Amino acid sequence: MPDRSPTAPPPSFVWTGRIVLTLLTVFSLLPVYVMLSSSLKPLRDVTGAFRWIPDHLTARPYVDIWRTIPLGRYFVNSIIVATAATGLSVLVATFAAYAVSRYRFRGKRVFTITVLSTQMFPGILFLLPLFLLYVGIGNTTGIALYGSRGGLILTYLTFSLPFSIWMLVGYFDSIPRGLDEAALVDGCGPLRALFRVIVPAALPGIVAVAIYAFMTAWSEVLFASVMTNDTTRTLAIGLRAYATETDVYWNQVMAASLVVSVPVVAGFLLLQRYLVAGLTAGAVK
Amino acid sequence: MTTTVHRQAPPAGREPRPARGRSGLFHFIPERVRRAGLPYLLLLPALFFELIVHVIPMVLGVVMSFKELTQVYIRHWWGAPWSGTGNYRVAVRFNAPIGRALLDSFLITCAFTVLAVGLCWLLGTTAAILMQDRFRGRGVLRAVFLTPYALPLYASVIVWAFMFQHDNGLVNHVLHDQLGVTGDRPFWLIGDNSFWSLLVVSVWRNWPFAFLCVMAGLQNIPRELYEASAIDGAGIWQQIRRITLPSLRSVNQVLVLVLFLWTFNDFATPFVLFGRSAPAAGDLISVHIYSASFVTWNFGTGSAMSVLMLLFLSLVTAGYLLTTNRTRKNRA
Repeated sequence: MPDRSPTAPPPSFVWTGRIVLTLLTVFSLLPVYVMLSSSLKPLRDVTGAFRWIPDHLTARPYVDIWRTIPLGRYFVNSIIVATAATGLSVLVATFAAYAVSRYRFRGKRVFTITVLSTQMFPGILFLLPLFLLYVGIGNTTGIALYGSRGGLILTYLTFSLPFSIWMLVGYFDSIPRGLDEAALVDGCGPLRALFRVIVPAALPGIVAVAIYAFMTAWSEVLFASVMTNDTTRTLAIGLRAYATETDVYWNQVMAASLVVSVPVVAGFLLLQRYLVAGLTAGAVK
Repeated sequence: MTTTVHRQAPPAGREPRPARGRSGLFHFIPERVRRAGLPYLLLLPALFFELIVHVIPMVLGVVMSFKELTQVYIRHWWGAPWSGTGNYRVAVRFNAPIGRALLDSFLITCAFTVLAVGLCWLLGTTAAILMQDRFRGRGVLRAVFLTPYALPLYASVIVWAFMFQHDNGLVNHVLHDQLGVTGDRPFWLIGDNSFWSLLVVSVWRNWPFAFLCVMAGLQNIPRELYEASAIDGAGIWQQIRRITLPSLRSVNQVLVLVLFLWTFNDFATPFVLFGRSAPAAGDLISVHIYSASFVTWNFGTGSAMSVLMLLFLSLVTAGYLLTTNRTRKNRA
């Protein structure tokens, strides 16, 4: 504890705070503990009554998960879809945010409101029409969107667009105009000014947006459940396959959940301060 | 496989476009027009994608809600007969089974949303305020609190489904075996209890988002404000009431709205927790419409229900923004 400054709260407040924070820690980590401990138990130990401390430890579930279902294929699909959707979404959002932040033009308000309000649409409203649209595009032009990774990438990239644009506009606004105006005066084109001056200055915001876009794509369930087939299935739907008619391989479910979580959680926790910085600049105006 | 390879190769006969080709190509366009067009050009990709994935399907969805779109017509849905407002009348006939079920689902969703948003906001704000000052381990704690939000939803909700299992779950082990508060093991994923399981999972998953936003908002409050008020003799609660909460007003305005929309529209949590058919007490409206459409293959009625849901959300959002903006103006 630092020396008691005039703003230091009274001890009763500090102790209540500690208790609340401890309870929240338990609440947050309980599923993580269950996931980790159950993934190291043999099957008979997870079908019987729950035990806090595993009786027998085994790493078998981590070997079996790849054989019970084609987890590797789902993994590759998820990585391709989420990476492509993130890259495209960040690029498209950067262009749009640049236009909104640095230019005056007719229709700016309409654009902002339209894009933001798509965030409000219930996914269920456009799920079926989008499905029929993709099937229709496939039938008339031969571009396979339904059941393909491309269709899923296209869908997911728009899911993160509204939030990304909104956040980047806030971020770009916080960068002094003098910076890119100086570049323009020096003879840079507007796009060069964007990529040479604004993007580097807004890097924390762009990283934050990328994290958000990746997590959105990695976690999406509704559209993945309808838009994918056996070869393009992503982890979001693939993980359900451990439950068969008669049995659920709970230890393998937990092991697989852990394996699919590690990349995103690690990335998120490493980069989370950019997310906070980005939110501070973008959201809090 | 060969088709993919072919598609990825650039079409023969077309040279790759030079990097600065655009200004060269559109040389004949006057500089002034080019400059005025630039913002639109920058917006074009975003508009294009939004149009394909959101706007056009939404319009189609509205059209479909006026059609008698059953399994028979799914291949040629534009040829399905018009049904006027038939689908809407089915959806709101609350004394008939379909309308009754929709109304129940709607009411459950409303109750669920109010509770979930309130709890998320409360937990997030409390934790953020408690962690406003630096202390040892603050960074670690922040990472711990953000973990539920960082975990992929389907993975963590599956873990919760395991924890809520009747025979081998953690929840019943603690409540029944260890604490003995329940006479016999309750069911958590079927029956009325499923409402509470869903609420716990949803709050667990979303409160970190509130925490994150409030934390970001708190960083913009100058420390001098607290110091000045402390010198004036303000206690900690007064500081929270007079400085912290008012400074968070603009963050809260957006945060509560976003949480409301996410929670109300939530499909993934109940879908992963309960599977394709949710129990009545956990039958959130998105899942309800999904099963009304894809299980019974009656897409017209499903679309009409979605349109009604969108209307409701638009009304609430508009009303919310009007009221909160007015309050903000009055206070300013």
